[in-house]
Amino acid sequence: MSAGQPQPGPAQPDVAGNRARAGGGRHARNGRNGWNGRNGGRKNGGGRGEQFMVPRAEFRSYYGRPVIKEPVWQEPDVPGYLFFGGLAGASSVLAAAAQLTGRPRLARAAKAAGLGGISVSTVFLIHDLGRPARFHHMLRVFKLSSPMSVGSWILSAYGPAAGAAALSDFTGILPVAGSAATAAAALVGPAVTTYTAVLLCDTAVPAWHEAHREMPYVFAGSAASAAGGFGLLAAPLGESEPARRLAIVGAAVELTAKKLLERRLGPVGEPYQTGRAATLLRAGEVLTAFGLAGAGLSRRSRVGSALSGLALLGASALTRFGIFEGGLASARDPQYTIVPQRERKRARQQAERTGRQATAPS
Amino acid sequence: MSSTERPGLTGGADPADRAGWREHPPRMGFFTDTSVCIGCKACEVACKEWNAVPEDGLNLTGMSFDNTVGLSASTWRHVAFIEQEAPEGGPGQAAGGPQGADAMRWLMSSDVCKHCSEAGCLDVCPTGALFRTEFGTVVVQDDVCNGCGYCIPACPFGVIGRREDDGGAHKCTLCYDRIGDGLEPACAKACPTDSIQFGPLDELRERAQARVTDLQGSGRPDARLYLEGTDDGVGGAGAFFLLLDEPEVYGLPPDPVVPTRSLPRMWKHAGLAAAGVGAMVASAFLTSRTGQR
Repeated sequence: MSAGQPQPGPAQPDVAGNRARAGGGRHARNGRNGWNGRNGGRKNGGGRGEQFMVPRAEFRSYYGRPVIKEPVWQEPDVPGYLFFGGLAGASSVLAAAAQLTGRPRLARAAKAAGLGGISVSTVFLIHDLGRPARFHHMLRVFKLSSPMSVGSWILSAYGPAAGAAALSDFTGILPVAGSAATAAAALVGPAVTTYTAVLLCDTAVPAWHEAHREMPYVFAGSAASAAGGFGLLAAPLGESEPARRLAIVGAAVELTAKKLLERRLGPVGEPYQTGRAATLLRAGEVLTAFGLAGAGLSRRSRVGSALSGLALLGASALTRFGIFEGGLASARDPQYTIVPQRERKRARQQAERTGRQATAPS
Repeated sequence: MSSTERPGLTGGADPADRAGWREHPPRMGFFTDTSVCIGCKACEVACKEWNAVPEDGLNLTGMSFDNTVGLSASTWRHVAFIEQEAPEGGPGQAAGGPQGADAMRWLMSSDVCKHCSEAGCLDVCPTGALFRTEFGTVVVQDDVCNGCGYCIPACPFGVIGRREDDGGAHKCTLCYDRIGDGLEPACAKACPTDSIQFGPLDELRERAQARVTDLQGSGRPDARLYLEGTDDGVGGAGAFFLLLDEPEVYGLPPDPVVPTRSLPRMWKHAGLAAAGVGAMVASAFLTSRTGQR
């Protein structure tokens, strides 16, 4: 952020120079889901014009400036890294299961997705660094407290395994080692799909942090749906039935977890329901619906299956981009940081006060 | 950096002890008493000079006298200026100044890195570039940082930033190079009113308690300490403040909590979800077997 260019926060009605209210101004929330509003947390816009039983929460801020810093992570790098990593990780599990059950062409397609996905993902990750030439500094230490450190070690275990599994399959060289690598990639793959959820949620970004309970399941479902979708796209009908089922169950899990997330977050989840994040997420849901219907109906059609797979891949990517964008929006607007903290503080102080009264001698 | 460092996941104790320092000086910190800040910005200038922090914009923002806007990679001390209606007949009204509706008060406050006991930036740094010093402060090693940017959203105060030109993360070091030589940090040295006080944290906390009691007793009921405790959401801060209004008015979070506090729960859910990926694949194959083959 360049220091000299104040961008008025979205919720800032104040005009700079308005003396009495220039700093520490009061802002009334004007969002659809008031913190205290009757329709708080409800998704559809039916609350517009509805009478509020309680006045909208007011909050004060420093010239409408954000309290926390917006992540410097870029699009498409970081959401792309989330999507391709998820595709790769789940594909490796699919590949191992396909190989075990004698579906070599599905196995080969999934191994290709593993290698390709993790390669693209890693390139995105390194490209997003401020100092890309130092990417190997990630492996100086191992810190459980840093999801990025844990993730880097997961990737360095997973990447070579996924690569060896794919190369052995394509070339036919060292089939036993290839099988071992396939198994190893399948064991680490699930961790690749979900550690990225922790990566986002272990931040002060309100719409990510408050969603830390549901986010891993959203990512797991999204990854499974993408891997299944790629299997539908790339494997012949005779072998793609498990991929179809994986795509369907993955999309269902993703959709359910996303709904639970938005419902539990309430007002803090509002950034997912407005602006660009909402557009991306809703487009993802439309693609999911197409993909699900297509996957269910196209059991005899190669083209239909491929299109369904493509739709589910697109849906999975849109979910990642939408969640990424929603987080950024929640970081930019100070109300999502200030109002929940203020309410938490008030509740705690109230509890302390009543606790004191209860223990005070009469 | 000590290889025995176990940051974040365990609370309590002195942060330098926890980081593996066996013998170390007392924890040092800042007490910023904003009730005597005159908004001279000597702290901003002294910090830039001593630490060779590059220029980051010469702009007029319209936010009162604040033209640095906030802490960032290249602003390690930031003076906030808040113009308010003074409480009617209240203590904020300047003696001899305008009374009634026109009366206003001017709050000024020099913000800085909080050097948290449980530091989000340090917890999430994947390279070990951020480390805990023997003084209990948190410092970035520029030759290690690879610019991943994770520390930036991990800070509940929005302190640390990344420079466009060198791609690295930067923030206040509490003048690590000066305090090691027994000097006080540049900002505290330059502060003409002792609004910025540097010293052993225990002493500063006692002094701050006395000061806030004094102010409240002399007709400033709005005086309050911010981050003075040892059991708040960041495990106690190494830099704390005396404020005259709610923290958010100064751009500070009212109830900050380090994100890493909930990390064990996050890993648990991630583990369950990862197992779920295996279960989804298994179910896809187990239900396909009969129909397909």
